[in-house]
Amino acid sequence: MARRFVAIWFRHLLTDWFTRRKPELKEIPFVIAAPDHGRMIVKAVNPIAYASGIYTGMVVADGRAILPELQVFDEEPGRDHRLLQALAEWCIRFTPIAAIDGADGIILDASGCAHLWSGELAYLKDLLTRLRAFGYHVRIAMADTIGAAWAISRYGSVYPIIEPGKHIEALLPLPPAALRLENNIAERLHKLGLKDIRSFIYMPRKALRRRFGESLLQQLDYALGQQIEPLVPVCPIEPYQERLPCLEPIKTATGIEIALKELLEQLCKRLADENKGLRIAVFKCYRLDGNIQAIQINTAKASRNSNHLYKLFELKTGQIEPNLGIELFVLEAPVVEPLISSQEAMWNISHDKEMQLAELLDRLAVKVGEKAIHRYLPSEHYWPERSYKQALSLEDQPATSWREDLPRPIHLLPQPEQIEVTVAIPDYPPILFKHKDVLHRVAKADGPERIEQEWWIEQGLYRDYYCVEDDNGCRYWLFRAGHYEHAEPKWFLHGYFA
Amino acid sequence: MADVAEIPLFNKAEAKQEIIAKLRQEVYSLQRFKKVNDATTHTIGPFETAFPNQSFPTGAVHEFISYEQEHAAATNGFISGILNYLAGRSGYSIWVGSARVIFPPALKFFGIDPEHIIFLDVSNKNILWAIEEALKCQAVSAVVGILSELSFKESRRLQLAVEQSHVTGFIHRYKPKTENITACVSRFKIRSIHSATLDGLPGVGYPHWQADLVKVRNGKPGSWQLQWNGSGFEECDTRQHIISIPQKLKAG
Repeated sequence: MARRFVAIWFRHLLTDWFTRRKPELKEIPFVIAAPDHGRMIVKAVNPIAYASGIYTGMVVADGRAILPELQVFDEEPGRDHRLLQALAEWCIRFTPIAAIDGADGIILDASGCAHLWSGELAYLKDLLTRLRAFGYHVRIAMADTIGAAWAISRYGSVYPIIEPGKHIEALLPLPPAALRLENNIAERLHKLGLKDIRSFIYMPRKALRRRFGESLLQQLDYALGQQIEPLVPVCPIEPYQERLPCLEPIKTATGIEIALKELLEQLCKRLADENKGLRIAVFKCYRLDGNIQAIQINTAKASRNSNHLYKLFELKTGQIEPNLGIELFVLEAPVVEPLISSQEAMWNISHDKEMQLAELLDRLAVKVGEKAIHRYLPSEHYWPERSYKQALSLEDQPATSWREDLPRPIHLLPQPEQIEVTVAIPDYPPILFKHKDVLHRVAKADGPERIEQEWWIEQGLYRDYYCVEDDNGCRYWLFRAGHYEHAEPKWFLHGYFA
Repeated sequence: MADVAEIPLFNKAEAKQEIIAKLRQEVYSLQRFKKVNDATTHTIGPFETAFPNQSFPTGAVHEFISYEQEHAAATNGFISGILNYLAGRSGYSIWVGSARVIFPPALKFFGIDPEHIIFLDVSNKNILWAIEEALKCQAVSAVVGILSELSFKESRRLQLAVEQSHVTGFIHRYKPKTENITACVSRFKIRSIHSATLDGLPGVGYPHWQADLVKVRNGKPGSWQLQWNGSGFEECDTRQHIISIPQKLKAG
C-alpha cells in the first residue's frame, strides 16, 4: 500500500497555547521571550504581533520600538516539547503512528487511515477543524513522503493534498529551504541563483555532493521517497491498571481477597520497575449484572508495598456486594508519584520508622477519615486559638519555635464558657467565680496578661487573662473581655492548668 | 522457670535473700518487666521506686483515672511529664480521644515538642481500635488514649499489642462508671493540689499534684505529692522550693 504522511505545522504553538489559557490575550499583541546573551530574545509571536512585523529571534526592545503596547511573557523551558507531546498523543485518534517533528510540528503516518473518514479531504478537514477549534493556527499537508508533506505544509500555496505519485511535481516550484536544509546550504544555493528545487533537482548527484555535502542529497532522497525516513512515534504512558478476568463468577470474600492480592502484586511489581509509588488506588469489581463495585484508598506517602496496600483495602473489602458474582477485577492507580528505591533506605532506620508511621496513619485514615488526624505547628499569633495551626503533612517542620515564656493551660476549652465573678476592684483578679453552678473561691492569682484582638483578622474586645488557683488547689485560666468603662464586662473560663 | 538446682544453696539468711532476689528477677523477666541498665536511664520521679526493678515499666499499658475536668487536666499534665522521658527527641507519640481539649502549645512546658504529637479525634466507636492499631506500630514512642470505659477483655488486647511492639500505652479514663479490674500494669489517680511559691509570694506556682498509685503489678502502691519544676518531677518540699523556683515559669 502506498504510504501517506501528514505534516502539521503549528505556526504559533506557544502563543496559541497561552491564548487558550488566557482568552483575554486574543486581541492583544504579545510575545514570549527568553534571555539570551544578556538580551531578551523573542521566542514566540502571536498572530497580531506577527502581522505588525515582529518575528521570532528579534530582540524584545526592537519589538517594543515597533509596537509599544507589546506584552512580553517569560518562556518556560521545555514547554513547547511537552505541548507537542500532548498534541501528538491526542493525534493518535487519527492514526496509530504520530511523531514530534522539530519544535513546531507533528508528523502523522496516515497510511490506510483516511478511508475511515471516507476520503483524504474529509480526513484533513476533520483534523484541521478540531485543531482550529482548540485555537491553534495550523497548516496541514498530505503527501507520499514525510519530506514532501513537510515542504508543502510550510511552503506550499496551492492545495494541501498531493495526489499519490505527484509529490515530485509539487516540490519543483518550492524554494530549497523546503527540503529542511541547514541554513548555510540554503543560503549558498540561493546565492548561486538556485531559487527553486526545480533548478537543481536534476543536476548530477556527484556535483551536488561535492558542492553542498551529503546532507542535501539525503534530504532530497527523503523528500522524493528514494530513502525511507525514520519516524520516532510517541508512545503514550500506559495507565497504571491491572485486570483479572475470572472464568467463573466470584462470590466469596476469600475469592475477592485472592484477586486483590494478585492484582496488587502485579501493580506493585510494575511500580517498582518504574521507581514509582501510588497515592490513590481504586479496586473495581465488574458484576455479572453490569453493576460496578468500587473501593478506593489513599495513602499519605507514595507506596508500593503490596502488604500495606492490601491492609488498607482489607478495611474496605466488606463494602463490596458480589451479588450474583464478579466476572472481572480491575485495579487502577490514577495518581502515582516517583518513589526512590528503598535500596539505600534499608539501612536508614529513621526512614523506616517514618514509613511505618505513614503506614499507620494510612490505616487510621481509611477507617476514621483523614480529617480526624491532626498535627500542629506553631503559628505566630498571641490570640490563643490562633497560636497553632494544622500541619499539612508529616514532613512539615515548624518554621518558628513554640513560645514557652507565657503560662498556657494544658486544656483549652473549644469555646470560652461564661462565668459569674465577684471582683474587689476593677482590673483585679476575681475573689470568687461560679462556673456551672459550682462556686470556686480564688486562693491565688497571677495576671493580668492582656491579649489584643488582631484587628486585621477580626474585630472584637481584648482579653485580660488571669491564672487563678481555687481553694481546692485546682488551677484555671480566666479572662475578662473588654474593660469596665461602659458596662459590666463579661468573664469567661478558657482553660485548665495541669 | 529458673532451674532451682543451679542456684547454690546456703544455710545463711543472706544467701536466702539473694536467692529470693534472683528468683524475683526471673519472675519479672517472665512477666516482661525489663531490667534496665542504671547507667543509661535517668529516674523519672520518686514514684519509680514503687515499680519492680525500681524503674517505670515501658512497653506496658498504664491506667489513669480522673473524674473532674480539673483533675483530668492534671492527669494529662502528669502523663505529658512521663512522655517527656519516653519520647526522646524525635519520636512521635499519638493522642487518641473523642473530644480533644489538649492545647498543643502547652505541651512545650512539659518538655514535649508539640509537632511530634499526632492527635486523633475519633468517635467513641473507633477509639479502642485506633489505640490498639497505634500500639501495634513500633515507630510510635507512646500512645495516650482518653476514654471512659475499658473492660478487662479490651485491656488484655491492648496489653497483648504492647507485648509485641514494646510501645508504652497510657489509658486515661475520664469519668468511668466503675473502676473495674483491667490488665494494665498500674493505676494512677492524679489530683491537683495547692501550689507553693517562693517564700509565700503571691501568685500561682509550679503544677502540684497528689499522685496516688492505687494498683501496681509486682510493686508497692503508694502516694506522693509531686511538682513539675519545668524539667522533671520532684517531691514537694517547701524548703527546696524556696531556693529553686525561678519566677519565669508560673504554671503549666
